[in-house]
Amino acid sequence: MAKKQKFKENQEAQFRLKKIAEYIYGQLRNEEVPHLEVSSRTKNNIVLSKDHKVWVYGSDQVTRSAKDLGGATNILRSLYTVNFIDEMINSGKSSTLREMYYISEGWEKAKFPSQDESNRLAEDLEIITKCMREDFKLRPEEDGARVIGDVTIEEMNRKGLKKKINCKDDVGDSGYGIPYNVEKEKLKFKNVNAKFIIAIETGGMFDRLAENGFDEGHNAILVHLKGQPARSTRRFIKRLHHYSKLPVVLFTDGDPWSYRIYASVAYGAIKTAHISEYLATPEAIYLGITPSDIINYDLPNDKLTDQDVNALKSELSDPRFSSSTWKSEIKLQLKIKKKSEQQALAKYGLDYVTETYLPEKLQEINII
Amino acid sequence: MAVPYAEKMAQSQKEISISDFFAKNRQILGFDNPSKALLVSVKEAVDNSLDACEEAGIFPSIFVGLEKVGDKDRFRMTVRDNGPGIVKKQIPNVFGRLLYGSRFHAIRQSRGQQGIGISSVVLYSQLTTGKAALITSKIGEDYPCHQMEVHINTKTNRPQIENPQVVLWDHPHGTEISVELEGRYQKNKKQSVMEYLRATAIVNPHVEIIFKGPDDEVHTFERVIELLPETANECKPHPHGIELGVLKNMLKYTEARKLSSFLINEFVRVSPRGARELLDTAGIDEKRKPNRLQLEDIQSLFDKIQEMKFMSPPTDCLSPIGDMLIRKGLRKEIDSKFAYTVTRDPSVFRGTPFQVEAGIVYGGDLPTGESVKILRFGNRVPLLYQQGGCVITHAIERINWRPYGLEQRGGKGIPVGPAVILVHIASTNVPFTSESKEAIADVDEIMDEIGRALMDCGRRVRSHINKKKKLKKVSEKYDIIREILPEISKKSSSMVGKPEPLLDPIITKIMNVHVFDSGVVYHESGEGDQKQKITEVTIKYQNYTNRERKMRIHVKVPDALIQGIYPETHVRKKGLIEWDVGPIQPARSQRLGFSILGLDKDDYDDVEIYYSRLPGEVIGADPL
Repeated sequence: MAKKQKFKENQEAQFRLKKIAEYIYGQLRNEEVPHLEVSSRTKNNIVLSKDHKVWVYGSDQVTRSAKDLGGATNILRSLYTVNFIDEMINSGKSSTLREMYYISEGWEKAKFPSQDESNRLAEDLEIITKCMREDFKLRPEEDGARVIGDVTIEEMNRKGLKKKINCKDDVGDSGYGIPYNVEKEKLKFKNVNAKFIIAIETGGMFDRLAENGFDEGHNAILVHLKGQPARSTRRFIKRLHHYSKLPVVLFTDGDPWSYRIYASVAYGAIKTAHISEYLATPEAIYLGITPSDIINYDLPNDKLTDQDVNALKSELSDPRFSSSTWKSEIKLQLKIKKKSEQQALAKYGLDYVTETYLPEKLQEINII
Repeated sequence: MAVPYAEKMAQSQKEISISDFFAKNRQILGFDNPSKALLVSVKEAVDNSLDACEEAGIFPSIFVGLEKVGDKDRFRMTVRDNGPGIVKKQIPNVFGRLLYGSRFHAIRQSRGQQGIGISSVVLYSQLTTGKAALITSKIGEDYPCHQMEVHINTKTNRPQIENPQVVLWDHPHGTEISVELEGRYQKNKKQSVMEYLRATAIVNPHVEIIFKGPDDEVHTFERVIELLPETANECKPHPHGIELGVLKNMLKYTEARKLSSFLINEFVRVSPRGARELLDTAGIDEKRKPNRLQLEDIQSLFDKIQEMKFMSPPTDCLSPIGDMLIRKGLRKEIDSKFAYTVTRDPSVFRGTPFQVEAGIVYGGDLPTGESVKILRFGNRVPLLYQQGGCVITHAIERINWRPYGLEQRGGKGIPVGPAVILVHIASTNVPFTSESKEAIADVDEIMDEIGRALMDCGRRVRSHINKKKKLKKVSEKYDIIREILPEISKKSSSMVGKPEPLLDPIITKIMNVHVFDSGVVYHESGEGDQKQKITEVTIKYQNYTNRERKMRIHVKVPDALIQGIYPETHVRKKGLIEWDVGPIQPARSQRLGFSILGLDKDDYDDVEIYYSRLPGEVIGADPL
């Protein structure tokens, strides 16, 4: 049954990809200059989807036309990529995005100049076909994000066997590694025994909480974001939240780049707004470090750089940060011109974060 | 009774000789510091040689040698020319006497104007090393070659000679000066001997200079053209170009007996009627003897001269380099993609004729992030110092270069970009700001003329840049239609499993442009007197739009014999050939062409094409 479903999904992806080739061919037949329309992927073109509470692309479209060299090359690359994915699905294989980039070496005029370009094109194809790149059998390199906490997962391993893993008892110090595919056919949640999920930006802080036994002491599930989180990490958090109904909080550094990590977890990233509905957890709460924390906890800090200031200013016009709390916090930070890392809390000792800071912050939002 | 103090003072008041004066004020002549002194010495010697050769109708071949003497900042400078030589009697006067020269009284364009140049080098050498100048000169194949040591008695401004002798010299004629002087040699700097010689070679393409530096490296600036500059005619002064003191002197020394004939004969543009009218208004009898005039009369005459109108002075006493020759010189010394030069018509300031020539070189290997290099010239002499105080720099700074494609902060100042700007002022009396002749004064008329010449250059740079941009765009479009579009068609057809569609209509839609291409090929036919220089020009119009087109094409042609114009349905106009072309179908083209006879290679290399009655985007031509 499951296998049949999968086959159907693949067929759908192949069908939609082929539509692109038909679309271009039709234009040539009609003596039209070939062109493709894609949603404009800028912060000016993301809007709130009412029913899903996440940010998705608006109606602005960009046209890639064969009238200019860039557009023409893009169309040719799209055709090669579509053809490649189609053949790959037919032969029952998959590839990494990096492999696809290297395969394009043989595409002559359609060769990608960098992997950024091939990644972006894969995203374009997602937007056009309304499929996910997983449907195209394309996967990212690795993510390595980790989980520690009392949650039991049933994972389909390489041999096609189901295997149960408890992320507290069955893992080592580094926790459970999130695979690139966290969809139902690969991964199922079996049992969760916790009060909340806490997603942590840096590995250092994740290890600190694990070492201090924060997961057991407060009944928490720790998820390491590893900087800007991979799609699978965000999808994992969303599915876990959906399954367990547990609150999700984010604990990051206190700088503009960390706020963007929060925004991508909670509302979706600008680059991948077409799949925000799959990836974003709008109920996620930002715990800290906030600019107010820098003052209230008198944290060691660094001066904002010019890039920091520009990033903060750009966030003021980002619809994802339009709430009054965010606006006043960002304005406060621009005023004090300071930023602090989460590990700055060590100023008060190694236990301070688990004994004092997090409990205080979690009480504020009534999670403990 | 005590002797009045003035009597005491009178004992020490005496005439200071000019040589003495310059000995104490050497910066006036430009010998401010050792490195500048070395450069100025080379410059004076080379200028002298060039003037002498040209006057005698000889293609100048000049050797410049610099040799380090001892460990100190001391050099031996040797400059040798193939000029007419100097007769024995005059050698001491030319090299050992300040303000002695053949050009001081003539109103004519020449390099040296005050006759102060070469003798000041001798004086400087004498002051810094105590050595005399060694002069060697030969006036012809069958004449003896004289050699002597010359130095200047600074008290009397008179030359002194030692060891005169006749020597063997393996040159048919010419002059050599060899002096030892204090100096500092700087290589690869803006103000260096090398740069000065390079600049000289640019504006004097008929000159060959061989330079041997202290490091024994030999650099040859080759002659690019076998054509001497036209010798400028001597001409009399224009009344508006005369100063009160000069007028006074002229009145004193004239051979004219009557004031009216003085005015008519000693000046240009003064007619008998004009002279009479002038003297009437000044209230001076026309029959008076010029040398008897009182100071008040001279003043009155001078004032009335300023008020009266005279015809502008003749301009045939000027010898511009010519835009084509400047271009050749620039092309030879500066590697770049684009060069344009312009020679303005002569003009006049305060009764003095002058002429502005300007050129601009753009692109190639020239640095992009730096201020443009400015090459300034006065009567073919490079000006290397006081750039900031010169009318040429001021005129450049006044122009807003940004519309012409060069960067400029605030639309003022020296522009930034991959360009070299050249300005040459030719005049019978270049108004330098000082005796050292390093900068030209801010004369409004000159400033305006430079401005016009530079704006012309600017417009050409702009159209060159635009053309380049458009050509890039068109070459990208060629890439699309030749490489990408066929691939798109092939790939999409194979993916849907259907035959490939016809792409022609899409190609014209993608291009949607009219393209003009041109080519220039130079070749020669025949031998000796029968040799023909032929420059063949071809033009191709391509209609990359989706409609048939008719148009008129105009091509600028040089002032030379034009043959073999095709198609034959053309009209010749002054400096232009016009064709009515069309109708040309979409994706079709039309060829045009002609041959130019007699021009040298590279004389004509930029085909200027204009069009009328052609809608839409056009590449490779400008609207008329």
